[in-house]
This record gives sequence, C-alpha cells and structure tokens, in this order.
Amino acid sequence: MSPEEIKKDFPLLQNRKEVYLDSGATTQKPIQVIEAVDEYYRKYNANPHRGAYSLSIEATQAYEDTRIKIAKFINARYSEEIIFSKNATESLNLVAYSYGMDNLEAGDEVVISIMEHHANLVPWQHVSKTKGATLKYMYMNDEYELTDEEIESKITDKTKVVGITHISNVLGTINNVKKIINYAHKKGAIVILDASQSIPHTKIDVQDLDADFLAFSGHKLLAPFGIGVLYGKREILNKMNPFLMGGDMIEYVYEQNTTFAPLPNKFEAGTQNVGGVIGLGAAIDYIEKIGYDTIQKIENEVTSYAIEKMSKLDFLDIYITPNKKNHSAVISFNIKGVHPHDVASILDANGVCVRSGNHCAQPLLRFMGIDSTCRASFYFYNTKEDADKLVEALKKAYEMFKKYM
Amino acid sequence: MDELNDLYTDLIMEHSMNSCNKRELECCDYCKMGHNPNCGDEIKLELKMDGDIIDDLAFSGHGCAISQASTSIMIDTLRGKNIHEARKIIETFIGMIKREITDEAELKKLEDAIAFRNVSHMPARVKCALLAWHTIEDMLNERMEGNSDGK
Repeated sequence: MSPEEIKKDFPLLQNRKEVYLDSGATTQKPIQVIEAVDEYYRKYNANPHRGAYSLSIEATQAYEDTRIKIAKFINARYSEEIIFSKNATESLNLVAYSYGMDNLEAGDEVVISIMEHHANLVPWQHVSKTKGATLKYMYMNDEYELTDEEIESKITDKTKVVGITHISNVLGTINNVKKIINYAHKKGAIVILDASQSIPHTKIDVQDLDADFLAFSGHKLLAPFGIGVLYGKREILNKMNPFLMGGDMIEYVYEQNTTFAPLPNKFEAGTQNVGGVIGLGAAIDYIEKIGYDTIQKIENEVTSYAIEKMSKLDFLDIYITPNKKNHSAVISFNIKGVHPHDVASILDANGVCVRSGNHCAQPLLRFMGIDSTCRASFYFYNTKEDADKLVEALKKAYEMFKKYM
Repeated sequence: MDELNDLYTDLIMEHSMNSCNKRELECCDYCKMGHNPNCGDEIKLELKMDGDIIDDLAFSGHGCAISQASTSIMIDTLRGKNIHEARKIIETFIGMIKREITDEAELKKLEDAIAFRNVSHMPARVKCALLAWHTIEDMLNERMEGNSDGK
C-alpha cells in the first residue's frame, strides 16, 4: 500500500488542505475508528459492569474484549495486565504513586533519561523528593544517543526504579531499551517504559522486552482522545495499592474500611471511557490490517527523503542521530537565527502543520543548550509530496527573515 | 499568507532583529523577568524612573520575532510618558490584542504599537505580543502599590 492510498482512509486529511506533520502530538483518525465510536454510541452504549440488562452486558463485553485484543497486540501474558487510563500521563502517574510512593525509601535511586517527556519526569521528581530518593539522569552523547557506558554508570545497586522513553518525542532517537531493561533487572530495579512515541511505529512485545510497566496513549495511535493504557506485570500490579478510589474498584465497602477488587478493576475507578476503548480497539485492528512492516516501510522512505532534502538547506540546524537505524519519524530543527515559533507560524501560513516549543521536554532542551525547536513528525499517511511542501515552506520562511539578518 | 505578511512587517522585523532597545541600562530602579514557559521565551525589562516619568527602559533575553519586536516597540512608545499615560496605553494595547478595544481614535494613541493589531486574529501569537506588556504592567502596579523595594 502507498501513503496516497492510506490517506483516503483519513477523512480529515481529505477535508483539509494542510500537510499534517504533527503526528507525534496526536495522529489523525481513520474512518474505521470514527465509525466504530459512532456505532458504539448509536447501538450499544451503556454503563459497563453495572447493568443486569443485555445492553449494559453488551457494552461490558465490548470493553473487556478490547482488553483482550490489546493484551494480544502487545503480547501480554494475561489480559488483566492491561489497565485502561486517560492517557500515558495518567498511566505513568499511576506507577509513580502506587508503586513509587510505597516502594521507594530514602537513599534509593530513581534513574531516568534526559530525553524523558515531562510525563515520565515530573512524577518521578515528585515521588523522589517526597521519599528522599535521588533522581539521576542518563545523558545522551553528541549523536543524541544513550551509550552502554552511560547506562551502566548510572544504574547501580541502589537503583530501584528506571524510567525510560522508548523513542524520544523531540529527537526521534530509538533507545536501546532491551539493554536498559536487562541491565536494570540485573541490578534489581524495575523498569517503566514510555511507549507513547514507539507503539504507533513499531511492534511492541512486552514479554520479549521484559518491561515491568509500559504506558501509551490511544490518541497517538489513531484512537480518540481520553483513552490510554498501562501494562504491568501481574505479580507487581497485584502487590500495589490502588491509585484512584471510588466506584467499581472495590469489593466490600464498610463505613471505615474497604476491600479492593482484583485486577484489572482495582486500577479502574469510576465509569470508564468505553467509547474510547472501542475506538482504540478499532485503531489496533486498522494497524494490524496495514501491518507494522508496511507502516515502517512508508515512514522510513518518507522520513529519509525529508531528511535528505532538509540536509541540503544550509540555513537549518537539524537535531537527529546520524545512525539511521536508531532514528524514528521525528525531525526537530531550527532555522538558524529565527525563533521556531515564527517558523511554525510561517509554515502554517503555507499550509504545513508542525509543532514548535519545548515539546514537554524542558530539561532535554536545556541540556542541548537551546530554548525550543520546530518538530515535524511523520506517520504512514504522509507522502513525499508532504515532505516537499515542508521544504518549500522552509525556504519561504528563510527568505522572509534573511533580509533582516 | 496575507495575514502573516501584514504582521511580519518591516517595522516589526527591524525591531525584532536589530533593536536598539536591547541593552542593559547603566542603572535602573526596577527590573523584572517575564516568561512564556511554553515557548521558552524569556525577557528582562529594566525601568528607570524620573519622578513619575518613565525616563528609560531596556530589555534583554530571547523570544520569537513577535515578542521581541513587541517589547522593543513598547519601550519606544512608553519612554518619556508619565506613569498614568503609560498605564492607559498598556491597557489599550492589551485591549486591542484581546479585541476588547476597537475604537480607532483610542488605538491611535498606541503609536507604532498599533502594528500588532493583526495579532488579535492569531490566537497562537497573542501570548508572544503580550509578554512585555504584562511584565511592565506588573512593574508599574508594584510601583503604584509601593510594595517594591526597587530592584
């Protein structure tokens, strides 16, 4: 399949003229997902786990079937290892609070990378401060990569928790997470993998990776907003206290005491986003129909093409690793001497959507010695023509500023 | 693109790239940082008063063309004004950007700062244009309230 054919499945890309290069922030949705959500609300919406009537049972069934689908999708051993959340941020907070607060002690170390999104950074900062643990960073080298030496020098016998992003949302660097997980386990630490930027692009196998926890957002994976996933190993989740308390996560509630429901309900307090779950299920069906091989083939082709064209623009600084095999579909860049916010506005006026700013990664940008970047992020519905339009718009932006430099 | 060309005018570009107001004052009475964490923009405003008159203003820091030019043009507009005139102009500028003030006669008092009028149609750039104006507004308020010890 070609990206031109795939584009036809995405109504927004048909309805709008813009070139959409912000899939790292959120993806557009295929008609199959939109229709699945629409059908759910038209035909079988009810509060799950509650009604004894067949409509509610149907909604519950669809909700639980999707849990099984997701477990298979990421090769989890048990479906109760899949916890639904609002987004990756909530999933990561769940681990920080329910695992970190109870298991970290003064003197322990939490190790994360400098590439983390604030969602996998600020919660660990908070928990570390509260518990008196030390928060340490694995820094990248000049090629925007974490070396084995850096990993082995930062993860020590004192390390109890390691948080790592699979793919950097700013740099597109694919981290060697197998190495990190393996090494952390040797040192007796558990590992939380932020797969928000990887699962849209690459097959995730939690058993092969041996991650203890893994988080992602549905909306970056063709699904609607408001639905996210936390995977956790059953034996660890079973020992953890609940994160949010309320309806549906309980067994018996007395005036002064409560016993909690078993997994996965223990971590799913309150009425859940069934429509979002249905949408996520349809998104996974769509990904599997296209296939990760095709997705990667298209992305690699378009991203390489864009990098090649952009590398010829000598007015650009591009922040990507030179090792192609370690780079995903994200290109951060700046026009030398021009603020990225201005560049993004001018690209927008030329019909190209890119993000500008610090991309929720302030410590990373500070480490790089810059304030912000523009970021073009590609997905399998982007064509070489999209990349050409980006390059043309960049030339125009540069022309606009050149005469005042 | 037209709307953008109306915004990135020669006046704004000149002020953003080569501002003579981007410097440090030899001595100042008030100094305040302004920032937009989402953009990473940061400016430092320095203010020197002569009684009730704004004797001089200068800025340093970094930001997009809109925020840098807005800061520089604001300084040109407010220099030499007394504190009451200045506060009125600040109020008018913020009102213009928020589309609360559209009266031509009123807007004329903004002098060159009227160049940012089009920002009112660009929600993504409103914060950029207002950064310096909110910062000076706070500085003058602090002076009026007399709860600032100077620096």
